[in-house]
This record gives sequence, C-alpha cells and structure tokens, in this order.
Amino acid sequence: MGMGFLQVAVTLAIVMLLVKPVGTYLVNVFSQEKTKLDRVFGPVERLIYRIMGVREGESMGWRGYLGAVLLSNFIMLILCYLVLRLQGHLPMNPDGIGSMPAGQAFNTAVSFITNTNWQSYSGENGLSYLSQLLAITFPMFTSAATGFAVAIAFIRGLAGRKDELGNFYVDVTRSITRIFLPLSFLVALFLVFQGVPQTVLGAVHASTLDGGEQTITRGLIASLESIKHLGTNGGGWMGTNAAHPFENPTALANLIHILCMMLLPTALIYAFGLMIKNKKQGWVLFGAMSVIFLAMLATVFVSEYRGVGAVDAMGVHGNMEGKEVRFGISESALFTTVTTAATTGSVNNMHESLTPLGGFTALAEMMLNNVFGGKGVGLLNGLLYLILAIFICGLMVGRTPEFLGKKIEGKEVKLASIALLIHPLIILAPTAIAFLSPNAQSSIANGGMHGLSEVLYAFASGAANNGSAFGGLSANTDFYNIGIGVVMLLGRYVSIIAMIAIAGSLAVKRVVPVTTGTLRTNTPLFSGILLVIILVIGALTFFPSLALGPIAEHLAMPK
Amino acid sequence: MKSMFIALRFSIVLMLICGLVYPLVTTGFAQVLFPKQADGSLMTAADGTVTGSKLIAQNVESSMLFHPRASNAKYDPTASAGSNRAVATTDYVKEIGDKVAAVKADNPGLAKIPADLVTVSGSGFDPDLSPEAAKAQVARISKATGMSADALNKLIDDAEQGRQLSIFGEPRVNVNALNEALLKQIKP
Repeated sequence: MGMGFLQVAVTLAIVMLLVKPVGTYLVNVFSQEKTKLDRVFGPVERLIYRIMGVREGESMGWRGYLGAVLLSNFIMLILCYLVLRLQGHLPMNPDGIGSMPAGQAFNTAVSFITNTNWQSYSGENGLSYLSQLLAITFPMFTSAATGFAVAIAFIRGLAGRKDELGNFYVDVTRSITRIFLPLSFLVALFLVFQGVPQTVLGAVHASTLDGGEQTITRGLIASLESIKHLGTNGGGWMGTNAAHPFENPTALANLIHILCMMLLPTALIYAFGLMIKNKKQGWVLFGAMSVIFLAMLATVFVSEYRGVGAVDAMGVHGNMEGKEVRFGISESALFTTVTTAATTGSVNNMHESLTPLGGFTALAEMMLNNVFGGKGVGLLNGLLYLILAIFICGLMVGRTPEFLGKKIEGKEVKLASIALLIHPLIILAPTAIAFLSPNAQSSIANGGMHGLSEVLYAFASGAANNGSAFGGLSANTDFYNIGIGVVMLLGRYVSIIAMIAIAGSLAVKRVVPVTTGTLRTNTPLFSGILLVIILVIGALTFFPSLALGPIAEHLAMPK
Repeated sequence: MKSMFIALRFSIVLMLICGLVYPLVTTGFAQVLFPKQADGSLMTAADGTVTGSKLIAQNVESSMLFHPRASNAKYDPTASAGSNRAVATTDYVKEIGDKVAAVKADNPGLAKIPADLVTVSGSGFDPDLSPEAAKAQVARISKATGMSADALNKLIDDAEQGRQLSIFGEPRVNVNALNEALLKQIKP
C-alpha cells in the first residue's frame, strides 16, 4: 500500500506542476490578439480556413456562436452515422466487419459527437478500421475542441464588454492545430514505444505455446489512444478499453494516460483565472474541485485495498477482480477516480467489479459532473455552481449578487437552474422507466442492489457524457441504444445552449464598480461555500438512489 | 444557407485531417521507429511462425506450463471481455473459497493467497502474474515435468520485471515469456 500511495502522490504532483505552464499556453492559443504562436501555426491555419471558407477575423454574437456549434455538430453526427452504417461496403476493413445496425449506429454516432464515448459495441468485432478512424478518432478531436470552444466563448462573455464571443470555427481549428494534433502525435509515438500497436494490417493468426490457436486483432490503436485521453473522450479501440494490454501495456503508458486526462481540464481552470484577470477566482474553483477529488480518490483507494471482508478472511487481500496485475490496486483506483472526474470514461479495470464503495465513488463523480470535468464542459459546470452559490449568498446577505462586476439576475439564474436540473432529470427518470419495463430489466447482469447500480450507472454515464459502464449490462438493445442516445444529446446540448445564452446576456451588462459592499467571490471562504453548495445540491438530488444501490450493497457486504 | 455550407466544409476538412492524415502519418512514424511494437509485439518460433503476442495471454491447459489469470474472454482477442462480477455477494465469496481451496491443495501451508490467482482479469488477456502467483504454480509444474522446484523458481526470478522507474506499476512476470523459457528447458 505504501508504494501504491507513492505512485498516486507522484502522479498528482506531476499534474500540479503542469497546471500553470499549460494554462498559460491555453490563454495564448485562444488569444484574439496576435501571439508568437501565430507565426508557427498561422500559415497552416490560414490554408485550412481558406478551404473551409471561414473568415478568421469575423466575431460571432452568442446566437451566431451557438448556431455554429449546433449546425457543425449536427453535420458531423450525420457523417459519422453514415460511415458506421456503410462500413461493410467501404475500404480499410481487413477483418471483414459488417455494417452497423441503425439503433446502434445512432447511439455510437451520438456518443462520440457528444464526447461521451459510451460503447454498446466492441471495437475489435464491431468496427472496421475506417470507422475507427472516421467515426471514432475524428469526432474525438472535434468533440473535445467543441467543449473547449464553448468554455472559451463563455469566459469571453464573462470578461467582455459586448456580445462578441469569438469565432467558433477558428476556436475549434486552433485547439486542434495548436493543442490536440501535436500532442496526440507525440503521445501516440510514446505509447507505441511502450507496446501499443499502430498498423493498417488486419488480425494475425497465431499457433500458441500450448498448441492452440489464437486470432490477435490489431489496428491503428495508438493514434486513437492518445486523443482518447487528451480529449477526455474515453472510447477504446477494444471492448475492454484501457484494461486491454494493447491499449495500455505498461504502468508508464498508464501514467501517460492519466496525465493526458488531467492535463487540460485542470489547466483550463487556471486559464480561466488568467483570462478574467482574477487568478484567485480560478484557484477558488480549483480548490473546491480538488477537495472533492481527493475525498473520492481516498474512498476508492481504501475500499479496494480492503476488498470484501469475507474474502479477506480467507487470506486473499485486496480486490483484484476485474483488475490487471501490471496496474495493481493503486493505479486502478487512481484511474477510476480520474476517468470519472474528468468525464473520460475509459477504464483500466472493470468498474462493475469494484467494491460497493468504489462503484459509489465513480457514480457520485458522474452525478456531480464538475470535479474538473470533461474538455471545457467541466469548467462550465463548475461555473454554473459558482453562479448559483453567488446567487444564494446574495440572497442570504440581502444584496444584488454580482460576479466580476456583472449583476446576476433572474434570467441568468433561470438558465443556470435549467442546466443544473436537466442532469438529475435525465439520470433518474430513465432509470425509473427502465425498472418499469421487463424488456429493459432483462439486460441486467447482476441482480438486486447491484442491478440498480448497473442501470443508474448507465444513465449517469450518458448524462455526464462520461462513457464508462458497469459492463455487465447488455446495452445493445433498442431501449438502451436509443434511450442513452437521447440522454447523451440532452446532457450535452441543453447545458451548452444555456451557458452560451448566459454568456450572451452577461456580455452586454454594464460593469458595476467594486465597493466595500461587494460580495468577494475569490476567497477561501467562498471556496468553502461553493463546496458545500455542490455537495448539498448533489446529495439532495442523488442520495436516495445511491442509498438503494451502492450504499445498501456496502452495508450488506459479506463480512 | 451560406453558414450551412461553411459548416459542411469545416466538418469534412477536419474529418480528413483528424481521421485520415493524422492516424496514417502516425502509423508511418511508428512503423519506422518501433516496428516490433507497432505490429503487436509478436512472438515467433524458430521457423518463423507466429506463436502469439507477448502482451496477450493465451489459453494454457497443460499442467506442465504456467497458467495465466482467468479470462472471461476465453483468451479470444476477437471478443474481449473483462470480469463483470459483483464482488459483494455470497456467491462470489463462495466461488473464491473454492479457488482458494484449489491453490491450497497444491501449496499446503500457504497463508497469503495471491489475489491475482483467484480472480478474473479486467481485459481478458492479462499477460502477467504476480511473482507470488507464478510461484504458487511451481509445485504442480514440478510434479508434471520432473523439473526441480529450485530451477522453476529461478526461471520466475529471472523473468521478474520490477516497477517502471522504480515507482510505477507492480512487480510482475510475463506468462508467455515464462512459458517460452520453460519450454526451452523441457524440450531442448
């Protein structure tokens, strides 16, 4: 356990060291003034803009920006859907995979466009290489870039003086050319070095050491793995995701995976502080998120080391069910906490076979949906809670709530409430519906309280755009393909629409000068208030369902 | 209509850059820099036939060889599957009890049972065992092959891989490498 603790501590220390430099870089990437980066990337980008027909200097109001987000995402959704439906007839299909049925193709296309990466298929037998590239790797870039762009647009609205949020197409292109492509390329090569395959050749046939036969599937895995984690996407090339030795062959590869997941969500919060010229405000948010993260990490870590009491009594220590030897318990616990915090959704151990409190943590992080969170969206969810916290504090002390000198009024609070309330609604309502339908219940693998967790986990994962699963659930049915598909769409776009609308509304507000009566929102005290509000809202909404699932299971665990 | 056209061109251009150019260029570099890993870390016999991948566990039934961890995928890489057992159930505890009894039958007096030996892996292809889990198989293999326990323990010690950079991961032995070495000694 001592070495396990050390590994986790070293990993988190590296994450912290990267926050400031990467955050500063992000600010430069999205700067609307000329920076040194333009000299490096400018020529390529201008060529791309010319082919796209995008005018670089053109700034969009909130309606224009939102329109571009929705329109482009819709077109990409259709493109991915078509590739999946037609993959059997398209080239680059060495293993001869057939086309995907409609329900599953809808689910998969939505899943990758919304940055969820929920997988009701298994890549090694459900997708051609072309689909893995055009319908999986491609939207991994654009969905992450879209999340980033929306977050940056929101910050511009918050800090700006008029309804000009920037240019969506430019923001997406820049985050791809300046962040995701170069980093993905380097990380992919490192992963190949560690043992991840990267080949266009199909499966290879082997005569095994014990005289058997084995067909070993391969592919362009490394180039998918790197963007999968840098973009907090999470969908694996193989069905068993980052537990599979071809996706995650060594502890060092695992370290790189974890760093990639944490890198941009943490740095973006620092970048937020820089962009609003109030670094303390960034740290307030960072502090509240870190406290939750560490508490969650400690819960999984201890719970998995303890394992099941009755099993421990037989001399088998720790829960290794569904885990891999090269990661052991500590690297598995860390990965679980990070992947559900950063809403990545890849897994290096099977979440279904976590101890009840381990599973509880993964569920709770997706329900809170703002512990660093996915590309851009995590910051936005954090800011939603921040707006709510400011509003509640304002009511308590009897002042008009203000944030960065802008009044938070009825319109903003209404929009923020919609964005917040949609999340529990699309988790709890479909879970309830599933338990009313015998058809949906027949997909459940483990009975009783664990079965409730299975279904709850599936919809929480879809709503948080996470993508991880309690894998026992047979999700490739019309009910779950379409149900989770709709949940993913709502989970992604309702909050994006609300947040851009808030940005548009805040952007044109007059700035009120700071006086002694202004509520200070960048103090440790406020960080504490924010933390309490996140936990109270989260607990009030989700506690009953968690009590019936993992908590009851923990209490009933064989001693 | 104009904005529709821009969004369409935007999507197609990015699809080609991120979905085709990037992965294919990466493949080119990977194949030149790390050809062995890029092809899947394949193992070959003396005559050149592929005997598997070093990273993918194989089905081993012979009592003369080391057995990898249990697999829900039956060691078939075309249909990967991890363990999805709920662990906090009496069924599970009973099943582990049976496996513990089997380990103890080979190793009477073993107090600490290696957890990886009695559980199912996450990927279905866990290529490794903890050194303790490999050593718990020595008695069985010694009986089947007639090799001394000391020789087998030495094989395991030689194959052991430590933590990377002395910090990350857990000590382990690769079962395929171990079995290759063992086969060389059985059939020289």
